[in-house]
Amino acid sequence: MRVRMLDLAHARSGDKGDTANVGVIALRPEWYELLVQRLTVDVVSKHFAGIIAGPVVRFELPNLGALNFLLHGALDGGGTQSLKTDAQGKVFSTAMLRLVLEVPDADAVRLGLPQV
Amino acid sequence: MTARPVVRVASGQGFWGDWLEAPRRQVEGGPVDYLMLDYLAEVTMSILQKQKERDPAMGYARDFVGAIESVLDSIVERGVRVVANAGGVNPTACADAILALANARGVRGRLRLGVVTGDDLLPHLDALLAGGHSLANMDTGAPLADVRDRVLSANAYIGSTPIVEALGREADIVITGRSTDTALTMAPLRHEFGWSASDWDRLAAGIVAGHIIECGAQCSGGNCLIDWQNVPDLANVGYPIVEGHADGSFEIVKHPGTGGWITVPSVKEQLVYEMGDPHAYITPDVIADFTTIRLEQTGDDRVRVFGVRGRPPTDSLKVSIAYRAGFKAVGTLVYAWPDAIAKAQLADRVLRERLDNLGLRFETILTEFLGVSATHGPLAGDGRDAPEVQLRVGVRSEDRRMVERFTREIAPLVLNGPPSVTGFAGGRPKVEEIVAYWPALIDKRVVKTSVEILS
Repeated sequence: MRVRMLDLAHARSGDKGDTANVGVIALRPEWYELLVQRLTVDVVSKHFAGIIAGPVVRFELPNLGALNFLLHGALDGGGTQSLKTDAQGKVFSTAMLRLVLEVPDADAVRLGLPQV
Repeated sequence: MTARPVVRVASGQGFWGDWLEAPRRQVEGGPVDYLMLDYLAEVTMSILQKQKERDPAMGYARDFVGAIESVLDSIVERGVRVVANAGGVNPTACADAILALANARGVRGRLRLGVVTGDDLLPHLDALLAGGHSLANMDTGAPLADVRDRVLSANAYIGSTPIVEALGREADIVITGRSTDTALTMAPLRHEFGWSASDWDRLAAGIVAGHIIECGAQCSGGNCLIDWQNVPDLANVGYPIVEGHADGSFEIVKHPGTGGWITVPSVKEQLVYEMGDPHAYITPDVIADFTTIRLEQTGDDRVRVFGVRGRPPTDSLKVSIAYRAGFKAVGTLVYAWPDAIAKAQLADRVLRERLDNLGLRFETILTEFLGVSATHGPLAGDGRDAPEVQLRVGVRSEDRRMVERFTREIAPLVLNGPPSVTGFAGGRPKVEEIVAYWPALIDKRVVKTSVEILS
């Protein structure tokens, strides 16, 4: 079953130099494990392929039901050097939520996931 | 220290340029003990350094004087103390401006100012480099010597200790330079509760409190994504207040009758903002572990934060260095339906061909199509039916003349490029000098802060 991240999580993003961080927070506590399993570095790297120049790093915050992603090389140099409209990575958050996850039907039903 | 069971630290500014109404609303809207005003971002110091070069009496956040003016009578009357990093690269001049204001308002004898200095490394930069401190760029590893002749400012991020000292010496208003944003909140809690410099868990809790309120309303309904349509009364958004306890636990609240909301999800959104490795949120005072934070909704617009663990800090301080890094300009034009995106794309090709024919060379040319792909790139689809598209072309070069010439190539497209074009009311693009950010580390022992009390 295909499930939109927009229906599973909320998010906020910011910058550190040329790196954008995206914190992804499960809308329900029971969906956090699904994000841990499905929203992998590999999936996120493919999603942002061609948009960021560097690697993706992921950290887990089970206490907040959140994952923190660092997207390196995301901001055309960042800060004042960047020519981008989103030089500070403020809306990488919703770009992340465009992601659509493939979830086994049984899991989707068990977790009550809203499907596309 | 004090018997106060609860210490209230109110956030009144999240950055230089934040809502001018907020400080007064925080002081007058209900009981608070401290007003915390954060003015400094990565690039702010360099802007202030440029201002100081033009006028030695400048170099601090001028907004701060207006903020104090708006709350002066109230803070004197209510005994609210202020902690702010408004000093920028000239905390002494900032203090002078506040003293002049206090004088004019006849409250000078009733105010003590604490001024924290010592973060400014610019006067010592060559001695530091000669002494073997490379101040290498934390991101690229390049030595500072590469850009030394273009450095505008260099400031160490300093922690809570000098602010605590100033509060201990009964300063009513503490003005710092490049203090960390989080220290501005942690220091009053540390002062009031007498936390020792090695009370890692409580210091870390104070840092987390600081992180949550350092961006003002961004934890209380501002820029809140979850359920954003239902955030109440954003026009009167309440800025956050930390209600700290001696054990390090605290609650995030706001004044009654204000808009916005304080919920577990709104606080979570702020916690992950600008987060790096959550296990190691490094500050000069302590390393906080954000994976230990526990949140609980304990009332309407009231979130309890507890369980925070910390550990000893590193031997280094982060240094924020700003240097001149060439020039940039951005030009925009708007293309309308039908085929708005195709017209904008053609205009971009025409522009680039002309720049090329003129022999202009840039370090970077970046084209974005606002309304189609500027912020989300190809993730957003092809935008074929967009009612309008803004073409936005930016260039960057070490050579100012290249960028100047570029700015003359946008307007002609209105008459000699693709059709259905508008949106040129703003005039020719401006050339901006780029002041870039160079993060580095330095041995803590070489940074000497000092505190001066003025009254």
